[in-house]
Amino acid sequence: MSNRIAKAFENQKAFIGFLTAGDPTFDASYDNIMALINAGADLVEIGIPFSDPIAEGPVIQAADVRALKGGMTTDRAFELAAKVRSQTDIPLVFMTYLNPVFKYGYDKFFAKCAEIGVDGLICPDMPFEEKHEADGAAKAHGISIISMISPTSEERIKAIAESAEGFLYIVSSLGVTGVRSEIKTDLAAIMESVKKYAKVPAAIGFGISNPEQAAKMVKLADGVIVGSAMVRLVERYGGNAAVEIEKLAKGLADAAHGV
Amino acid sequence: MANSKGRYGDFGGQYIPETLMNEIHKLEDAYEHYSKDPEFIAELDKLNREYAGRPSLLYYAEKMTKDLGGAKIYFKREDLNHTGSHKINNVLGQCLLAKKMGKTRIIAETGAGQHGVAAATAAALMGLECEVFMGKEDTVRQALNVYRMKLLGAKVTPVTTGTMTLKDAVNEAMRDWTARVDDTLYVLGSVMGPHPFPMIVRDFQSVISKEAREQILEKEGRLPTAVMACVGGGSNSMGMFYNFINDKDVRLIGCEAAGRGVDTGETAATIATGTLGVFHGMKSLFCQNEYGQIAPVYSISAGLDYPGIGPEHAYLHEIGRAEYVPVTDDEAVNAFEYIARTEGIICAIESAHAVAYMMKIAPTMSKDDIIICCLSGRGDKDVAAIARYRGIDLHET
Repeated sequence: MSNRIAKAFENQKAFIGFLTAGDPTFDASYDNIMALINAGADLVEIGIPFSDPIAEGPVIQAADVRALKGGMTTDRAFELAAKVRSQTDIPLVFMTYLNPVFKYGYDKFFAKCAEIGVDGLICPDMPFEEKHEADGAAKAHGISIISMISPTSEERIKAIAESAEGFLYIVSSLGVTGVRSEIKTDLAAIMESVKKYAKVPAAIGFGISNPEQAAKMVKLADGVIVGSAMVRLVERYGGNAAVEIEKLAKGLADAAHGV
Repeated sequence: MANSKGRYGDFGGQYIPETLMNEIHKLEDAYEHYSKDPEFIAELDKLNREYAGRPSLLYYAEKMTKDLGGAKIYFKREDLNHTGSHKINNVLGQCLLAKKMGKTRIIAETGAGQHGVAAATAAALMGLECEVFMGKEDTVRQALNVYRMKLLGAKVTPVTTGTMTLKDAVNEAMRDWTARVDDTLYVLGSVMGPHPFPMIVRDFQSVISKEAREQILEKEGRLPTAVMACVGGGSNSMGMFYNFINDKDVRLIGCEAAGRGVDTGETAATIATGTLGVFHGMKSLFCQNEYGQIAPVYSISAGLDYPGIGPEHAYLHEIGRAEYVPVTDDEAVNAFEYIARTEGIICAIESAHAVAYMMKIAPTMSKDDIIICCLSGRGDKDVAAIARYRGIDLHET
């Protein structure tokens, strides 16, 4: 499974896009994800909406509200991922909070991921110490649990990086997700430490919204993750965001790929 | 790195974003150090006695005892503490800890406003900047407490996401903390959240049962038949239970907010209607749907209006050591009025949930039985809401 993730980083820097499943509808989110992929995304994070996303800023919080209101569920998110998978070979990972996964049942959840072709899971509220929760079931089905490293990780980087699977999600700044005009963290120092221990690629996310920032980030890391800037387009254009998303994603993908 | 800690059976843990992990470990270390530091202990003890007004009274409610005609009824009067609730016990401890850790700012969530007021008070006393997150819905229900916090120099931030109540205030406080871990300590108000909060808050609140146990032995020469308290997140109840847990013959009774009833869907009774989940940093019981989306909960009491319960309570429930019972809005309001008329005590609507259940069981018990009920707070803040509940609109002109 994780071969797909490794491949995404193989010959180039990766552009990773995030969108929330079912925002604002199942069909619109499918179109938006396909727009991301058409624009050159190397990996897509599909958010399974959660009622209380404590690591998200207002933009993605609002997306979760729209998606849940629109009837999105974990099962529907699997349907969406399956539909996307039928059209593409790029890696897909789910991003959600631990409770929806726990409640679905770890084994059932990861079995379904494997069946459909979802390669990994990002859970912002499952830190290194609690990874044991889902680790066994994920491994049994060949699904990567993507670990996060933040500006406050410091001496924790070694243990997290050494045991990382799929790719590492480097959180650029303190705080929650959202567009930032400036990123002040010493990412070079963090990346140096990450590279010392990690066997998997590392991508930087949180706060990145434009090609200039993306180009800067891929000088430091193996990839760049953009979420809120995409979701903001859904907020603005509702069910007709695909064209705008493709435009933005194209610029970001080109920046990441050095085009 | 240590393995996951802070487990009560399978409940508890540290399910929080990576950005907070180092900070939470620092808090564990600081607490481990200072909770054994004689100077810290002496300082906190002095604050408890000379500022908060401890020990709180254990009051024999003679009229209620006679009127209900069963068990002998005592109230542990946390409502008489400075700031009017048990919340002061915890914030003095945590703010002192924040100072020792070199923090200059604290943040807090609040439902009824009791914890927010207490946090703002301790912050004012200790010279800490304070920001309190409060669901917008609750700022309306508890407008008086909002103004009290402002008088105390705190910034009150209304939370407009989700159900705009206590759980959303916790979300927002956690979000703020991830942005300002360096100078800020999140002073959590209940025995919930990631380890070490359930332990720290329980320890600071356990002064309630430490005193109550000594007081009842002094007054009656024996232990009570039952101790009881209301349960939202569960801090006053854990404080009331803690030093009685090893006294196997003492019943521990937690009273949950059933809202309009546990079968109505408009309830906040987690033990009665919740299932196992992982949320707000802990594995515990939560009101949620089949997909693990946290359910909107309802109670007349903003302080009990929370979809989860502290992990140690979930554990005490699982092993059968404590009993948890649902109490409706209606029962709580009746108890609120009854204790006011009978004993001349206007207690918090939260505490009235415990009083209501006590009114049910006391008459079924014998005159040799003793009940201690924790009056977690005073009810000034609730007067207008109770009037509204009775169809009376109060205006001060």
